[in-house]
Amino acid sequence: MAASETTQFAPPQVLTYDPAAAPPLLISQGAEGRLYKTTHVQRDRPCVLKYRPPKPYRHPILDARLTKARITSEAKVLERCYRAGVRVPAVYALDLVSGWMMIEWIEGMTVRQGINDWLGERPEIPPSPEDLPDDAPLIDAMKRIGAAVGDLHRTGVVHGDLTTSNMMLRPQKNSQSSGQPEVGDGPKALEGDVVLIDFGLATQSVSDEDRAVDLYVLERAFASTHPRAERLFVNVLEAYRGAFKKASSVLTKLEDVRMRGRKRSMLG
Amino acid sequence: MGISPNRLRRRIALGCEGSANKLGIGVIAHEDGGEAVVLSNVRHTFVSPPGTGFLPKDTARHHRAFFVRVAKQALADARVSVADVDCVCYTRGPGMGGPLSSVAIAARTLALLWGKELVGVNHCVGHIEMGRAITGAENPVVLYVSGGNTQVIAYAEQRYRIFGEALDIAVGNCLDRFARTLEISNDPAPGYNIEQLAKKGGRVLLDLPYTVKGMDCSFSGILARADELAALMKAGGVGPDGEPITAADLCFSLQETIFAMLVEITERAMAHVGSKQALIVGGVGCNERLQEMMGGMAAERGGSVYATDERFCIDNGIMIAHAGLLAYETGFRTPLEDSTCTQRFRTDEVFVKWRR
Repeated sequence: MAASETTQFAPPQVLTYDPAAAPPLLISQGAEGRLYKTTHVQRDRPCVLKYRPPKPYRHPILDARLTKARITSEAKVLERCYRAGVRVPAVYALDLVSGWMMIEWIEGMTVRQGINDWLGERPEIPPSPEDLPDDAPLIDAMKRIGAAVGDLHRTGVVHGDLTTSNMMLRPQKNSQSSGQPEVGDGPKALEGDVVLIDFGLATQSVSDEDRAVDLYVLERAFASTHPRAERLFVNVLEAYRGAFKKASSVLTKLEDVRMRGRKRSMLG
Repeated sequence: MGISPNRLRRRIALGCEGSANKLGIGVIAHEDGGEAVVLSNVRHTFVSPPGTGFLPKDTARHHRAFFVRVAKQALADARVSVADVDCVCYTRGPGMGGPLSSVAIAARTLALLWGKELVGVNHCVGHIEMGRAITGAENPVVLYVSGGNTQVIAYAEQRYRIFGEALDIAVGNCLDRFARTLEISNDPAPGYNIEQLAKKGGRVLLDLPYTVKGMDCSFSGILARADELAALMKAGGVGPDGEPITAADLCFSLQETIFAMLVEITERAMAHVGSKQALIVGGVGCNERLQEMMGGMAAERGGSVYATDERFCIDNGIMIAHAGLLAYETGFRTPLEDSTCTQRFRTDEVFVKWRR
């Protein structure tokens, strides 16, 4: 999602304080705000700056109120998860008035990319049952996704926008001590810890309904992004069930949510 | 204009709209080249006294009383004879049951009397197609905002998909009901009078809830809080600057808050589908402050906003005629025995055969 045509934006002031540092890299521009890759305190400590620029169309008082509330809420949720040991980016610094938050840089690729690399050019329907490839690494990754979402929900947080683009596969440090290139080499593609990112729509909730909707959004997004791996989604739910005590009642609720259906038929 | 050019002759449709308090009848022509030409657009609005809303039974009575007059006027303005008309289009839904069925019966009568085919039209699709035809917006993200609907829509694979919507009352309903609280005039429309009052505000922005969740939003809590503030005003309450609260302050704060919400969900949908065009349709779409805010957002994204004026934004017969004729040209007909109407008819239920 590198946005070369959007570099006409001036970076927020905070990114101009250290002229000797490597120039900040604009990595995405969504409706919410812009993401920059930069460094925090030490120049070898990469971080993400999430910047919510002022919206000139909005009344300035309302704009300031919303920016403040949203950064606060996102930072609080991340902090809560981090303390509870859920794998999320750590919050380094924030400025509610200028509208930015600095968070830990997560190495690795998105789960979406990892799964797509793994599936490669595989046809949707295998030519014959014997040709079914060995999906063990994919199934294992799905279980780690389920466990990660379970950890999040156990902490009292619902993500609000679970998709495979909002999850990273972070390589484990000890297994990469050789210093050799690490990404993209076939079977290793799906290794690593699942780290959840982008908590812009997250809320604190412990209700079965909210948790079930969170899972349903992920299920729908998964089906539309990775139709060829849709049949393996049960592994996510299976791992989720084992992640915390109330998970089974959430999964019962998920049945209701599915039956009711979302009114929107195009999501993710 | 999204109409395939390989046609042989000019087609003419008469459209009848009456899903809420406007009775509208219009005549449209699709030229050989596919161009849509408005031949007439006649409307008569049922206006209820200040402090009240329009009730279905009264509105239905109004539509029945005025139908013949408005239809004759529409034909006379268009300078066409009954023989020139290819089909009679009417609003199948969504809307209020009583008014919808009054107009459906009248349209059916015309079709039988004149020996024409009937085409039932989705009201929301009518708004979208009219907006596209008038503004020339090719493939915009559509914000449809009226007294009964609040939806963010984008076209994909033969359907207008709803990306976000109001989870409770429509934005226009919120404005209409607040106008009732303030007991301001419903003539020409409550929203118009709120807009004029809001222009006198701007001194303070009163705190109202801001309720956006992803691409959905909610307005009932905002209305409840605005009503509380109105009660405070009547009791002589003061705002954050120590000055007495005025109706202008209330209208200004309400508009700033709810329009910011609408622009935000539209922007999110535009980012999601990668579109740079925003089209505003529906009665609330006439509001110049909403158009201005949407324009500011679209410009920042390197795009533009498309909007129409009250002739086409507010419910009218032309939009029903236009959308109906597009469907008619693809072979769509509504047989007499199926020419019903329905209060609930989602935008995404319609198979849009006329677009690619």
